[in-house]
Order: sequence, then C-alpha cells, then structure tokens
Amino acid sequence: MALKKFVVGCFEDEKVLFPAVEKVRKAGYKFHDIYTPFPVHGLDKAMGLRDTSIHTAGFLFGMIGTTTAVTFMTWVFTKDWPVNIGGKPNFALPAWIPITFELTVLCAAVGMVLTFCYICQLAPFLKRHHFHPRATDDLFVMVIECSEKANEEELKSFLGSVGAQEVNTQVAEEGWWIGKYDEEQELYKEPNIA
Amino acid sequence: MIKQQFEISAGYKKWTNILLGVGGLALVLGIIFLGMSKDEVEQTRFWASLLQNSVFFLLVVNASMFFICATTLAHGGWQMAFRRVPEAISSLVPVFGILAMLVFVGIVFGHRHDIYHWLDKEHVEHDPILKGKSGFLNPTFFMVWSVVAIGLWSFVGAKMRKLSSEADEKMDGEQGAKYVVKNTAWGAAFLVIFGLTVGSTIPWLWLMSIDPHWYSTMYSWYTFISSFVAGMSLVVLFVVYLKNHDYLEYVTEEHLHDLGKFMFAFSVFWTYLWYSQFMLIWYANIPEETVYFKPRMQGVYRGIFFLNLIVNFAVPFLLLMRRGSKRNYTTLTFLAILIILGHWVDFYQMVMPGTMNEHYSLGWFEFGILVLYAGLIMHFVGKGLSKKPLVALHHPYIKESIIHHT
Repeated sequence: MALKKFVVGCFEDEKVLFPAVEKVRKAGYKFHDIYTPFPVHGLDKAMGLRDTSIHTAGFLFGMIGTTTAVTFMTWVFTKDWPVNIGGKPNFALPAWIPITFELTVLCAAVGMVLTFCYICQLAPFLKRHHFHPRATDDLFVMVIECSEKANEEELKSFLGSVGAQEVNTQVAEEGWWIGKYDEEQELYKEPNIA
Repeated sequence: MIKQQFEISAGYKKWTNILLGVGGLALVLGIIFLGMSKDEVEQTRFWASLLQNSVFFLLVVNASMFFICATTLAHGGWQMAFRRVPEAISSLVPVFGILAMLVFVGIVFGHRHDIYHWLDKEHVEHDPILKGKSGFLNPTFFMVWSVVAIGLWSFVGAKMRKLSSEADEKMDGEQGAKYVVKNTAWGAAFLVIFGLTVGSTIPWLWLMSIDPHWYSTMYSWYTFISSFVAGMSLVVLFVVYLKNHDYLEYVTEEHLHDLGKFMFAFSVFWTYLWYSQFMLIWYANIPEETVYFKPRMQGVYRGIFFLNLIVNFAVPFLLLMRRGSKRNYTTLTFLAILIILGHWVDFYQMVMPGTMNEHYSLGWFEFGILVLYAGLIMHFVGKGLSKKPLVALHHPYIKESIIHHT
C-alpha cells in the first residue's frame, strides 16, 4: 500500500477534455485514470486503452453456467433420482432449457460484476480515494501519476495549458492488489484517415 | 471518390442476368416436367415449392418496410445513412405480391387440395374441425384477404417511399417537424396493418392452413421473425455491396455494427419463439398438437429439422456474439447469406411435410426457384436504388446518423 503522488486536472466539458486527452498522450504522459460523471462514448479509445476483455470473461462464465446446469440435471434425473414425469425420457433436454438459460445468464452476470469489481479494485469494505467529489456530478477529472518522466510542476502547468479549470496535487494510495488497467495504455498514434 | 447516385455496374448486370436466366430456365422446365406432369407427386412438388418461395420472399422484402416504419416510429435516426437501401428492397413488395397472387390463384382455383386440404369441399363437409374453421378457411376469404393485405402493404409502402423522396429537397425547421409527424403517422398506419396481417392472419392463411387441423398461437410471430431476420440480412448484403463500391459515404462500421446486432438479436428471438412453440407441444404431448412435429422430428425431415436449429441459431449466435465480427464485412456477408438460406430452409420445413409428406425433394427445381428469386431481387433492388440519390441529404435526422456511435 504505497502512497503515490498524483497531479489532478479538472475539466468542465467533454469538448475541452477530448483535445486535452490527445495533447496529454502526444506529450508522452500516461494516465492513471479519468473519472467522468457519466460514461463518455469514445473516451477509452481516445485514451488509448485496449479493448476490454470483460466480454470474453462473460462468455466463459456463461459457459460455466451452461455446463453446470446441464451436467447437474443430467446427473439428478438420469443417475441419482430418475423419476418418470409424464412419460418423458429421463434425459429430457427440452424441458431443461429454461433452467440452463437462467443459470447461464446468472453466472455470466454475477461473474462479470465480480470480475469488474476485482479489476477496478472495488469491494464493500474498501475505501477508495476520491480525487474530486464533483467527479460524480459534473466534472471530468483527469489523474496522472507523477514519476521521473512526469515532473509535478511541469505537469501542473501543462494541464493548465490544455484547458483544465482546476489543477492540484494529491497524495493517495494506489490499489492494493494486482489491477493493471492503467498500465496498459497504448502509445499515441495519428488516427488513420481513410 | 464518393458517389451519390447508384449506377448499375456491368458486373452487377451480368450476375443478375445469369441468375435470372438460370432461374427462368428452372421455372420453364418446372412447368413442363413438374407442373404439367401426370404424376400427382410431381405436381404437388411444383406448387409447394412455388408457394414456399413466393411467400418467403414476399415476407422478406416486406420486412424491410417493417424495419423502416418501426425505426421511424421510434424516432430513430441512425438508419438514415442507408435508409434508401431497405426502401429499394421494399419496392419489391408489389412485384412479389403479384407473383404470390399468381401462385395462390393457381392453387385455389386449381383446387389443389394436396396443398391446402380445406379446398376439398366434400372432405370439409365430413370433417367437424375443418367445418368449424370454414368461415376463415374458404377460397373467397383467402383470396380477398390476400389481395387486401398485399394491396395495403404496397400502398402504404409506396407512400413511405414517396415521403422519403421529399427529404431530397431543402426544408426548414418547421417543415422538418411537420415532415417527421407525417412520416410517423404513415409508419404507424403500416405497423397496424402489419400486425393484422403478417403478425397474425396472413401466416395462418398462407402457411399454417397447410396443416389445417393443427394450430399454434406462436406460428405467426415465428414466421414473421423468420422473415425479419432474413430481411435484415438482405439489407446488410446490399449495404456491404454498396459500401464496397464506394457508395453510402456516411455509413460506417457503427451502422454495420447495429445491423449486425439486429441479425444477432433476432436470430436469438427466432430461437425463443421456435422453442416456445416446440416446448409447450412437446411437454403437453397431445396428439392433435404433436402431429405437426412428428413428421418433422422423426420422419424424413429429421435432418432438416436439426439443420434449421444449427444454421439459424447456433451459428449466428456463436459467430455474431463478438463485437469484431459485427464490424467485419466478410463475416457479416457470410452470415447474412447463411441466415437467408437458413430461413429459406425454415420455410421449406414449414411447407413440405404437410404437402409432400415423405416424398420430399430438394433438387434442381427448389434451388432453381431460389435462384430465380435472387435474380429478381438483384434486378429490382438495383433498379430501385438507381432511381433516387442514395442518401436523403435533407432529412431532419440525417445528422444523427452521420455522428452515430454505438
């Protein structure tokens, strides 16, 4: 649980934020994260984050649900306690589809939520540092970690120059387990104009 | 170079003519060797196959107009960038409607009770179930309602297309608001008509009455969704074709992604309806109801029955699930063709077991008529597309479509 130093720049508007994001990446800085009041379309792309793998995880969780449902019902109805229900075969696949479907959806949904919480380092007992309370209301908060390459004073004046309304330095704890999302930012590339 | 106006290229024309030639040849040979044959089974094959194809493709092209009206009513703007494509497809409704009517006239006035049992008057007299249904299942009502339905689809569809042309001219804000209201009103009218025809009565009359003793309350929705998925796939095929030939400048991956979602979501919805229809009948196990599934699941149609599920559910479900595949031209084209063929097979298994019984055939004639319809679609959609600019530049919602982002 190491304490780290962050420079925080607050933006009032998406229209200022997007060009600022581009300039920050061009200057070679790496984001810790950007906190927005609502999901902003295209921000992940602008930040150079790779595509999320949460859907792959969701598919795998779903498969686990499907397999669990089918194998469990097969075992119950053919091995453990075979009952003649309306003259149907013991292995009555059509009748099991609703339950299989529901277990698939349940496992996929719950699994994805838990995975998401794990990656974002969220948990009921865990208190995360808020870089700005208005990030949940109407402010776009860009956070950059100070490092050898990212000098605090330079960063502050740079963020001010790209349109941040409010710039400050905060010392906060980083996450306490292996979340690596902010380390997977791609380098800035000129967009392809076809 | 971005082109505003579609011009039918030489390659397009060549393929259209090849398809039309092959299909026309199959039709002519079919009339000679099957339609005029002495063999009862061959005659049934002729009419059943014509019925399957004409109904399927009529409903598929009509699904385009349903898409336009449903998105209009929902005040959707994203489809504006390619809306002229489903419009051009829906302009086929009168053509395919006339073709379907010709088939119906041939069946009903030719007293082909091998296709529709209820055409046999003497049999109906001694059959209490068919007698009870004879208020609905009789030649007069059949013909009148078919003409009314096809006429209304064509009329309101033509009205919607005419309204769309108005958006080629500049309009100010007030005119634009009025224009949107007018579109919404006509779109709503179409959807009401659609619900009363494709959503209920028309599949009962045209397809379910092949097995007149049997009934299913799911049948019409099931048929409609089958044609709707195939219809969306047809739109995708033309959008991809136009995109590959430098048309439709405003259509991006985002629009294609949403069309792919339609294909994905309604493939799953089709499965849901298929399963709802099947499961209740399977579970209740009442002979009057299982009579429909018995020849399909246990008879000679067993292969087609399961193929239907694999092609129309498993493959699109697994392949279209990824975001990337909905944005990829090649995968989307492949799946669109697969889905159209899959639902053609779906209609095949709706029509054939009740008409051909175990003497089914899936040969040169069935595929020949399929090719003929493919040629007709290419010919008429190409013509429809080349009539107007490909984008209605002054539609009030066009900007929404240009900046569309999924």
